[in-house]
Amino acid sequence: MLEIGLGHYLALAAILFTIGVFGIFVNRKNVIILLMSIELILLSVNINMVAFSAHLGDLTGQVFAMFILTVAAAEAAVGLAILVVFFRNRGDIAVDDVNLMKG
Amino acid sequence: MLSAAAFYILSAIAVISALMVVIAKNPVRAVLFLILAFFSAAGLFVLLGAEFLAMILVIVYVGAVAVLFLFVVMMLDIDFAQLKEGFISHAPLGGLVAIALAGILATTGLGWVSADSATSALQSPTPEDMTNVAALGALIYDRYVLFFQLAGLVLLVAMIGAIVLTLRHRDGVKRQDMHAQVNRKREDSVEIVDIKSGEGIG
Repeated sequence: MLEIGLGHYLALAAILFTIGVFGIFVNRKNVIILLMSIELILLSVNINMVAFSAHLGDLTGQVFAMFILTVAAAEAAVGLAILVVFFRNRGDIAVDDVNLMKG
Repeated sequence: MLSAAAFYILSAIAVISALMVVIAKNPVRAVLFLILAFFSAAGLFVLLGAEFLAMILVIVYVGAVAVLFLFVVMMLDIDFAQLKEGFISHAPLGGLVAIALAGILATTGLGWVSADSATSALQSPTPEDMTNVAALGALIYDRYVLFFQLAGLVLLVAMIGAIVLTLRHRDGVKRQDMHAQVNRKREDSVEIVDIKSGEGIG
């Protein structure tokens, strides 16, 4: 119990990942919480990367965790920009109504 | 001993705040719990010997992304109670998927065997005679320089995309026009009227 190994970190990352997926399913109407759930999932992936980097004694995991962070930040920025534009056009952010382009 | 206690405390905070992000009624509170989750994850990164990533997490996520979320949540005038309506009806399906996913991950984890070459105890992958930042920089600017440039390109595209999406030119907004101000002639704005005394302006 007192020796914290790779398994502990993997378990924590798995719990965070599951919470994130659960959040995506239960907050289907609220895009903001959806984006936050995606951030949680990416955070759990980052924890996995860094834990394996420590386990294998290889810094590459940390490098790629940094790239994941970059992509996550870009995704959040573009996602929120789309959200703002959508709100401007529709007056609300109900995702159920996002079928305007359906033929 | 101390690091084990720190791990359990930080991961408990991370899990609880992640749960609160998902189930919070007020999105502002959800964002604040997201910030707490990122802070505890940064602590875990420090435990794993990834100091630079921990700082990046605090600066980029807490300082930029979470504040961006906060801006959007507070800027948009949304009825959040209405958005929360489907929560109860979606909860069974979400719980089912979560349990199935947890089962899959647990089965994978239980069947996992460590390779002989891997060290069992976790230790910082940074070489002894280097700081974490220096070691990361030696990797990023040497072996992964192409990926580094591509990451910069991704950020540039995201920045331009966000600006293009949200920029709008509104009609009817009066802006200062320096050129017009400076080039204004006296004749354009001043008119000398010769008024006969005792009559006033028509």
